[in-house]
Amino acid sequence: MVPVDELIMRDRNIHPPAFTPSYKTTVLRSPRLALWSLQNSLSEITAPLFGHEEIGPLDNDLIRNYSQGGGEPIGERIIVHGHVRDENGRPVSGTLLEFWQCNAGGRYRHVNDRYIAPLDPNFGGCGRTLTNDEGYYYFRTIKPGPYPWRNYTNSWRPAHIHFSVFGTSFGQRLITQMYFEGDPLIWRDPITLTIPDENAIKRLIAPLDLNAAVPLDTLAYQFDVVLRGRHATPFEN
Amino acid sequence: MVQELRYLKESPSQTAGPYVHIGTMPHEAGFEVYEKTFGNVLAGPETEGERIRIEGIVYDGVGSPLRDALIEIWQANAAGRYNHPADRQEKPLDRAFRGWGRSGSDRQTGLYFFDTIKPGRVMGRHGRPMAPHVNFWIVARGINIGLNTRMYFSDEAEANAADPVLNLIEQASRRETLIARREDRGGEVVYRFDIRLQGEGETVFFDI
Ligand SMILES: [Fe+3]
Repeated sequence: MVPVDELIMRDRNIHPPAFTPSYKTTVLRSPRLALWSLQNSLSEITAPLFGHEEIGPLDNDLIRNYSQGGGEPIGERIIVHGHVRDENGRPVSGTLLEFWQCNAGGRYRHVNDRYIAPLDPNFGGCGRTLTNDEGYYYFRTIKPGPYPWRNYTNSWRPAHIHFSVFGTSFGQRLITQMYFEGDPLIWRDPITLTIPDENAIKRLIAPLDLNAAVPLDTLAYQFDVVLRGRHATPFEN
Repeated sequence: MVQELRYLKESPSQTAGPYVHIGTMPHEAGFEVYEKTFGNVLAGPETEGERIRIEGIVYDGVGSPLRDALIEIWQANAAGRYNHPADRQEKPLDRAFRGWGRSGSDRQTGLYFFDTIKPGRVMGRHGRPMAPHVNFWIVARGINIGLNTRMYFSDEAEANAADPVLNLIEQASRRETLIARREDRGGEVVYRFDIRLQGEGETVFFDI
């Protein structure tokens, strides 16, 4: 007798379908057969948990976690903060968030990125944190730049930060991207536009949050993440 | 008019992109940031169970290996229990086994691998035990939403035949896409699990 809360069905209409030819790489990497629908078992309800002792004190500070000899990266200093909740509106506490991004010039610290923009010696571009009891998280970074990519000959990514979120069930695992309010590239981006629902896209656009800015120091953006919710009534395994 | 339902909506998925390793395994992107990184070794010296390696390649629709994918696995311990409070089966927990790991595919060959232990059987729905299996989640550039699948073991034919999930799959030939082949490689047990995203032999993916 294992009473646990099953996940509610994922609404596939708000997610990008696998096959979106305007984002060309999906053409050969999209399954063509239907997904098999699976009711939850323990395999889908459980998930790895992570502890505070696994996270270093600078892991959520991208301004300092790759500093070489005390130097700081070039770019707009920003705080990104928000809540992780489930679809029932409940905070998801203690969950691991990982984020990665390019530098202010649009270049990633990655062996495969050969964009002309220079690497920033003081910027690694990755961070991670656990949400607190209220599901709240924050990190500090510099605003990433837009960058060109090989899709159409003139495709540019809007400024964005990649997010990886675990939740507390393997079925909640999610990778997404955060965009910045007011960026004109968002609505021209083949990757953003894989999402078929305009309102869903808007939920990935973080508003400027002057209330959370540090005066004379750092601007702030607020970005909330919602993971799948659970049935109100428990089931017996 | 009726009241409005008060549910939030899930954040939409976006591709992990070509640089997923920066955020998840920075050492594979070519630099170090974290003191503790997460990787593909799940079994430590104290972990109970039979040592196994799981390896394979993720192929695209024309049979080319993906060399920029991230693969994560989640599995029960040798006794068949997940290290998570929602698993209340009366079976021992193994403190030396989280049951989760991640591997990038090799930048040249596309090979991913995990060093882990063979999981036990976990109770499924309606009291029907599931065959031993490992849960997979695959993301990469060109994959818009993470793909879920399961790996079963070729030497568990009897348990596989009774498995409630494998039995959902109507075509026997498609069930085969989830069964990893056991090989003995100089004393090491290796299960080969290739994943085909599209085309002939397309792996069964689940909407969980
Ligand atoms: Fe990116």
